[in-house]
Amino acid sequence: MSQSLSSCVIKLHQEHHALEDYQGGVPRWCNGCGDNAILAAMQRLCADENLAPENTVFVSGIGCSSRLPHYMKTYGFHSLHGRAFPVAEGIKMARPDLNVFVSTGDGDCCSIGAAHWIHALRYNMNITVVLHDNHVYGLTKKQASPTSPRGLKSNTTPYGATLEPMNPLTVSLGVQGASFIAQGVDWIPEVLYDILRAAYLHRGFSFVRIIQRCPEFMPKVFDPWLHDPQRTMLLTHKDGLTLSPGIASAYRNQREHDPINIDRAREIASLDDPIPVGILYRNPDAPCYEDLRHAGQLRSPEYIRAGLDREFDKYTVWPEGHAEA
Amino acid sequence: MTHSATLAAPEVILPAPRPATAIPEAIVEVISDSGEGAQRCGQSLGAIAARMGNGIWTTEIIPAEIQPPARSVAGASGIRIRMGSGRITNGGDQTELVVAFNEQVLIGRVQAGELKPGAKILLECMWKTHRDPAVVISYMKTVEALLKDGFEVYEVPLEDRCRELVSDPRKGKNMFVLGILCNVYGLDDDLAREQIARIFGKKDAKVVASNIKLYEAGAAWAEANLDFKYCIPAVKSTVPQIVVNGNTAIALGVMASGMDICAMYPITPATSASHYLSEVFEKIGGLVHQAEDEIAACAFAVGASYAGKCAVTITSGPGYSLKQEVIGLAVMAEIPLVVVNVQRGGPSTGQPTKVEQGDALSAIFGSHGDAPKVVMAPNSIEDCFYSVITARKIAETFGMVVVVLSDASLSTAQQPFPRPVFSEAWLAPPVDMTPVPVGSKAYDWDPMTGLSRRLQPGRAGGMHTVTGLAHDRNSKVAYDPAINEEGLRARSLKLAALQKTLKAPPVFGGDSGDLLLIGWGSTMGAIEESVTRLRAEGQAVSSMHLRFLQPMPSGIREILARFKHAMTIEGNWSDKPEDELIDEDNRRYSALAMLLRSRFLVDIDCWSEARGQPIKPGDICRVAREALKRRGALS
Repeated sequence: MSQSLSSCVIKLHQEHHALEDYQGGVPRWCNGCGDNAILAAMQRLCADENLAPENTVFVSGIGCSSRLPHYMKTYGFHSLHGRAFPVAEGIKMARPDLNVFVSTGDGDCCSIGAAHWIHALRYNMNITVVLHDNHVYGLTKKQASPTSPRGLKSNTTPYGATLEPMNPLTVSLGVQGASFIAQGVDWIPEVLYDILRAAYLHRGFSFVRIIQRCPEFMPKVFDPWLHDPQRTMLLTHKDGLTLSPGIASAYRNQREHDPINIDRAREIASLDDPIPVGILYRNPDAPCYEDLRHAGQLRSPEYIRAGLDREFDKYTVWPEGHAEA
Repeated sequence: MTHSATLAAPEVILPAPRPATAIPEAIVEVISDSGEGAQRCGQSLGAIAARMGNGIWTTEIIPAEIQPPARSVAGASGIRIRMGSGRITNGGDQTELVVAFNEQVLIGRVQAGELKPGAKILLECMWKTHRDPAVVISYMKTVEALLKDGFEVYEVPLEDRCRELVSDPRKGKNMFVLGILCNVYGLDDDLAREQIARIFGKKDAKVVASNIKLYEAGAAWAEANLDFKYCIPAVKSTVPQIVVNGNTAIALGVMASGMDICAMYPITPATSASHYLSEVFEKIGGLVHQAEDEIAACAFAVGASYAGKCAVTITSGPGYSLKQEVIGLAVMAEIPLVVVNVQRGGPSTGQPTKVEQGDALSAIFGSHGDAPKVVMAPNSIEDCFYSVITARKIAETFGMVVVVLSDASLSTAQQPFPRPVFSEAWLAPPVDMTPVPVGSKAYDWDPMTGLSRRLQPGRAGGMHTVTGLAHDRNSKVAYDPAINEEGLRARSLKLAALQKTLKAPPVFGGDSGDLLLIGWGSTMGAIEESVTRLRAEGQAVSSMHLRFLQPMPSGIREILARFKHAMTIEGNWSDKPEDELIDEDNRRYSALAMLLRSRFLVDIDCWSEARGQPIKPGDICRVAREALKRRGALS
């Protein structure tokens, strides 16, 4: 009895994971970079949900955002610029049992990987996505991104960015099959965590755009929102976020929004001032591609042999006297 | 001579069947406008002949458009069927008998020199009485020219006869023609009826019955109106054989290899492999994912391979170019991957439906930086099947990308081969999820072979982040000069480790001699047939065919040394020495010649053509004789 009790204790010990179990080295982001807040929230989420590190994969593309897997102690896949989504989809399709996360940026997702982003929303695989949106290319040292504000002076737009910025929320909400669209800001970490947790718990493709400060190349851009809480609009609902008293008193600009209402979600998504924060859309009933395609079936050699023989039968010329089966 | 069959009394049943001339083989073509079913007719003819025990090879003639203008030279859609007493390995030289649904589609074949002098032409004669005088004039002029050129023209009332049986004769002519051809070549009527039932089996019994009627009418017409008949003696195989085209063989190979996932994007001429796989893969628990683009298809396959069993992506040249960056990632991260490239004419969009062997160098050297990968080229329909199984095994054993270079010729060609007998050894092993000690290295490169164990998600203790950045043994990003070279060395050594396991290619013909012809991929049948013919003439010619382009097996150097001269025969571009500006300082050699010259420092010549047609054995014979003559070795 004592032996089985001790093995039970060992099992409990093995299966419980602390925050350190997800912390994989010192991040090399700049001081004050909003990515640190996203990483912290992500590590806390893994610990709180007690995700087995060996069954968890963080996939990323290229850019500052995409260094995140290196700072986790789970499995990670730091792939190519723009290609995190199809890599993550392949992983999920081959192994639906794995917890798959994607960490991407405004250049990675909305520019070079835009085609994959649209289709990833459409596939609706059970993957949790964080879009680190700092409105600028950081790793290549300050070029305009698709979400850069008009007039931004950068190394590729020395006279100011000429185009209107893309709105990743309205784009996402325009895609048939999208099932979870939310927005967070790095400077309200408590709400960011709540949004990420809801995203993780949603079964489907959970897309969270996080407006994230870049102190190096965009030092003042978000100041108006940081200095005036009224310019952040928190979305609340019993099926969405419920706010702690502290947050509720600090951010008075609140709006009740039922995340099942996609028309209202699209209206809210179009706002750029105040910035909406919370869950814009959630449809728990949207089917997941991996379920529709029956991913992860077990296949015995006998099963494969029988199927193959059925196909060979279609094309076989039997020798004289052979009784066709 | 002209045979005005239309004037003969219809359906005269002769007292005794006309005598059949025994011939060792025949080359037949059926040519029509797109959508008239010439290919279905030819495939059926091939299948019936194969069931009787004949060797066959079918070659499809496909226009690039789905509905090209009717009655146009460029719109010719059809099929060549070569049938013989023995094994047939290629489409042969020139057609001896052609059935054409209009004179325009025939013109292109005549101009391209695809018809044998004096060939028999069975020509639909409805155009002779067409209400548009221009059509009538065109038809009459063409017939006149064909006769003047010495062809034998038989006018066939396809439309008239089929209208007696079906409301839309355009849809029925092909089975009428099948009846004619089965009668001409003495093929078994019962097997033909079975074949028709097989084709239309998915539709209702009425459709089958009406097509059998068309078939029988065609056979009766031929019996009554044609003055020639052949018999190709057949030897029934003692083992079961399967008759499929190269793309179907690739799809069957994917299933047989135990791979779970194929990710693809539609592209000619590779798509039919994915079509077939989409139809049957799920029945054995596999899955075809049609991705949003070629890049995504490759990345999806890489993701699936990373976490599960090795995956495959199937494409053609333009798609292959798009996949290059992701292929480089798989090389860098040492993720197994099978990439099938069904080559077509290039560069750019090139000739989508035509054959070319233009991608060998981009497959070997493609992706920036040093990106070693394995490149194989199947040389027959059977080899398409087994190559995929081998590719999967190598990919997984060595943690490498394996590129399988098929081509448009193999993709649609049909040839019987012994029915494969399933072996469990073909299958991929399940993903190893046994825990490893914490701190296990993600890339524990063996100092001699460069090989390392794979740590896949699910393995406790093995957590790490794979990356396309330079990395150390722990998969940690590293810019240290020595570590960068350590990784490059390990990835390169894996090719050497594989190379040590490869056997020297066999030599076809004699072990030594005046000339060695060297090829790769789909040209093997044509090259070996030409060697057989040349040796029968007394020429000391042999051939060698490479299945592995990268790495190349040992033993080639020794083989080259036994021949006075060597030249490659390839379906790609090489500069022609007779062009004024071309000399030895600037001549661009064919891909394989370039590879062999650089590796073995031997003056290997090349002959290549990129006409979008399979290379003909007769052309290879001519080229070989010229090469022997230049060197004073022609017997």
